[in-house]
Amino acid sequence: LLRSSQPLSGPNRRRCREDEQLLGTILDEDERGFIIDTRSAQAAKQARMGGGGTEPKSSYPQWRRLHRGLERGRPLQESFIRLVEACSEASPGMDRWLGRLESSRWLSHVKAALSTACLAAQCLDREDAKVLVHGAEGTDTTLLVTALAQLILDPSCRSLEGFQELLEREWIEAGHPFQLRCARSASSHARGKQEAPLFLLFLDCVWQLSRQFPLSLEFGEQLLLTLFDNAYASAYGTFLCNNERERSLCKVKESTHSLWAWLNQPEEKQKYLNPLYSHNPLVIWPSVEPQSIQLWQGLFLRWIRPSQHLDEAWEEIQRLVKGN
Amino acid sequence: MEHIRMPKVENVRLLDRFSSRRAVVGTLYLTATHVIFVENGSETRKETWVLHSQISSIEKQATTATGCPLLIRCKNFQVIQLVIPQERDCHDVYISLIRLARPVKYEELYCFSFNPKLDKEEREQGWKLVDLNEEYNRMGVPNNYWQISDVNRDYGVCDSYPTEVYVPKSATAHIIVGSSKFRSRRRFPALSYYCKGNNASICRSSQPLSGFSARCLEDEQMLQAIRKANPGSDFIYVVDTRPKLNAMANRAAGKGYENEDNYSNIKFQFIGIENIHVMRNSLQKMLEVCELKSPSMSDFLWGLENSGWLRHIKAIMDAGIFIAKAVAEEGVSVLVHCSDGWDRTAQVCSVASLLLDPYYRTMKGFMVLIEKDWVSFGHKFNHRYGNLDGDPKEISPVIDQFIECVWQLMEQFPCAFEFNERFLIHIQHHIYSCQFGNFLCNSQKERRELKIKERTYSLWAHLWKNRADYLNPLYRPDHSQTQGTLHPQIAPCNFLYKFWSGMYNRFEKGLHPRQSVTDYLMAVKEETQQLEEELEVLQERLANLQKSQSGNNKVKSKQQDQSKQFGLYTSNNSLANTPQEYSNDLKSFPSRSPSQGDEDSALILTQDNLKSSDPDLSANSDQESGVEDLSCRSPSGGGCLPSEDSGKDSDEAVFVAG
Repeated sequence: LLRSSQPLSGPNRRRCREDEQLLGTILDEDERGFIIDTRSAQAAKQARMGGGGTEPKSSYPQWRRLHRGLERGRPLQESFIRLVEACSEASPGMDRWLGRLESSRWLSHVKAALSTACLAAQCLDREDAKVLVHGAEGTDTTLLVTALAQLILDPSCRSLEGFQELLEREWIEAGHPFQLRCARSASSHARGKQEAPLFLLFLDCVWQLSRQFPLSLEFGEQLLLTLFDNAYASAYGTFLCNNERERSLCKVKESTHSLWAWLNQPEEKQKYLNPLYSHNPLVIWPSVEPQSIQLWQGLFLRWIRPSQHLDEAWEEIQRLVKGN
Repeated sequence: MEHIRMPKVENVRLLDRFSSRRAVVGTLYLTATHVIFVENGSETRKETWVLHSQISSIEKQATTATGCPLLIRCKNFQVIQLVIPQERDCHDVYISLIRLARPVKYEELYCFSFNPKLDKEEREQGWKLVDLNEEYNRMGVPNNYWQISDVNRDYGVCDSYPTEVYVPKSATAHIIVGSSKFRSRRRFPALSYYCKGNNASICRSSQPLSGFSARCLEDEQMLQAIRKANPGSDFIYVVDTRPKLNAMANRAAGKGYENEDNYSNIKFQFIGIENIHVMRNSLQKMLEVCELKSPSMSDFLWGLENSGWLRHIKAIMDAGIFIAKAVAEEGVSVLVHCSDGWDRTAQVCSVASLLLDPYYRTMKGFMVLIEKDWVSFGHKFNHRYGNLDGDPKEISPVIDQFIECVWQLMEQFPCAFEFNERFLIHIQHHIYSCQFGNFLCNSQKERRELKIKERTYSLWAHLWKNRADYLNPLYRPDHSQTQGTLHPQIAPCNFLYKFWSGMYNRFEKGLHPRQSVTDYLMAVKEETQQLEEELEVLQERLANLQKSQSGNNKVKSKQQDQSKQFGLYTSNNSLANTPQEYSNDLKSFPSRSPSQGDEDSALILTQDNLKSSDPDLSANSDQESGVEDLSCRSPSGGGCLPSEDSGKDSDEAVFVAG
């Protein structure tokens, strides 16, 4: 599984021998590879005008390109805002609620993200083919897809430790611009053109996986909520800045504490572990049918619906498992 | 047997609903009670059994090159698609099934031939498991305020009521009879639930025949009697569960609702729940959404909204909450009615009782609740669920809605119910299956005439025997959630109602969580229990040894013999699950999830245990984690992935450019 950003072919369809060689060496003689472009075919074409573009078949003969347009940027932020507004509306009728849920399109984005990650995973696992994922910049939807695909495929990413490593590798080191993306959350309308909840979308997809495979992730919902909180505002330096270069310039590692160090302390860790976990060595294929994708109530209704009874249920589960 | 034109057809294909590539070839059999499809495969010979009673509709579709398709839709939401090679055979099967699925006599129903190999005494015991007299005693009646009345002993007063009803002490036979003449279908006010703590009660009836201005002294006295039976309050609520417009329209037909001016000390309230026709259409629309091939999130949510189904569920729940509050918090008695007092009234009374009394949240209590508010009070099972062929306008998912209300509550209060989702699904299944005699006919009178108890078996006994499968591992009788009244959030709460895919997509295994938390926790619980018992035994042994050791120094205590290594429950991780089709660009690749391996339908039954076992016991495996992927999904030719440069974007990607 590889990731990159878009090739800069531009309006004149420039070629780059080194890039072609690089992609060429990845594949064997008669092997096929898939390029999953997270932009729609149309958007990818339009990108050429701005200097970007796609990999033409003639120059990359062994690679097949698939387009899966995933939402990003302002439209995704708008979707997020509309959902939060729908949730906090006092007391609409039931039908209006469903209508507003639908028009926010958030769940559609969750479905699309999971589908694309599954597609990548399917190429790797079922087709035994190599996969290159990229969008435009390679810092948003690209990371969403590669991180989710690894969760689906690789059981070691589903342990608490492995998940943290996944986040470090696929989001933080890979250069997702946290500082730009996670500035104001759902209160940001027009300001902050760079604001977009990609990381939240990722966490939502992980939550969907945990709902469909409740025994296969070593961590629970509480970890996801904590990660969400810390991406926006944190006492720790883990999610600061936009990439490794900035972190090094700001001397983040020297002057702040790591979130992981705190989370992994024995007393803290207890809160985040899933008592139902038992190592599942296989690939977990989620269903992406609409019935299978649910609203993440624990996050979106966190302050709206009373969680007392569900907390009690969770405690009961822990009690049952610990008693054993 | 005379209705079966074709008892056997070979080379029939059973299609997976979503992937035509996964068709299975086998033989179709028609028996007097079931349709059976047996797979041809040498090792498995998997069988799919469908009871005729479960068949809701049969659709013969246009013949194609591959054969003549036949679509069978069931009342438990299973959908079976067959392709029969010869059009003539298909037609014969179609005609036979039409007749078989619409019995005209009760004797045609499965319950009269079903034989679980129990003797006569066991059958009787089974029927005695739920005793309503015991239940009323448990509630605390008869007492100073309530008495049992046998005025209806020969069904002379109301033929849809039971022979024994509970009425206020001050309601004489004269008052009861008089009131019954002023109520639709003679369904006079009778006790449904009595709250020992504060003497408040829930009574139920049908609408008064008040028209625009008619009055009836006895009926007014009846309501007064109900009020007097609760000294703690000086008024009662009268709740009409119909929308106001409908109730008013009824007045033109000489019926209507209680006028606060005529009845002293009542507070009248409408809680609009739509009628059976609206509900039937609502379910129909929702099922159409479920049958969509590769719906987008939008299609699904719009479809769900347009059906209005969750809105209706919420309306029933809100009514139940109102009544429970009136009884528990205000200590005020409530009289509930709709039009005929056997649909919405039953729903609302049973939801309210469930909220009020933790007993009804136990397995036994739930059975008692259904016996009381649905069976004994004359809910028209036959008409509503089509035991026999009848008027399609009478069909309506009334009890299904109640069962769903219970499920919604279970989702909100996971520790509060002794039973689990599977219990509810199996009950719903058997309401339509007619395998047991509990839900036949329209009233107690009809059931007695048919001698149901002597000729059929009770579902309750069957469920009780298998109760280990139906337990909720999170339930503890001493838990705070299981005490007292449940208080669901009233507002905001629309988002709390979820689509019940476990029921409406029951047979599409791919849609559900692949690992069952319930089953896992039950296994954990069982194992803990075993370990504890083992520990006790060992501790005893240790104590004995130590006693004998003090007398004999040479004997070493065997304390190192810890509990045997019980294998910890392993969730079925050794079995992989299959990916669904994630690419939905090409039309020939539907993106639905295939049903898991060999679990295509829940009705798996082998020839041997035909007579004794429950066809849907295998439904227990609904929630097991993925089954071994037997067939590699990558086809030989075109690949399950679209070609490059796929032009069309999937729906989700179409976003409105800023």
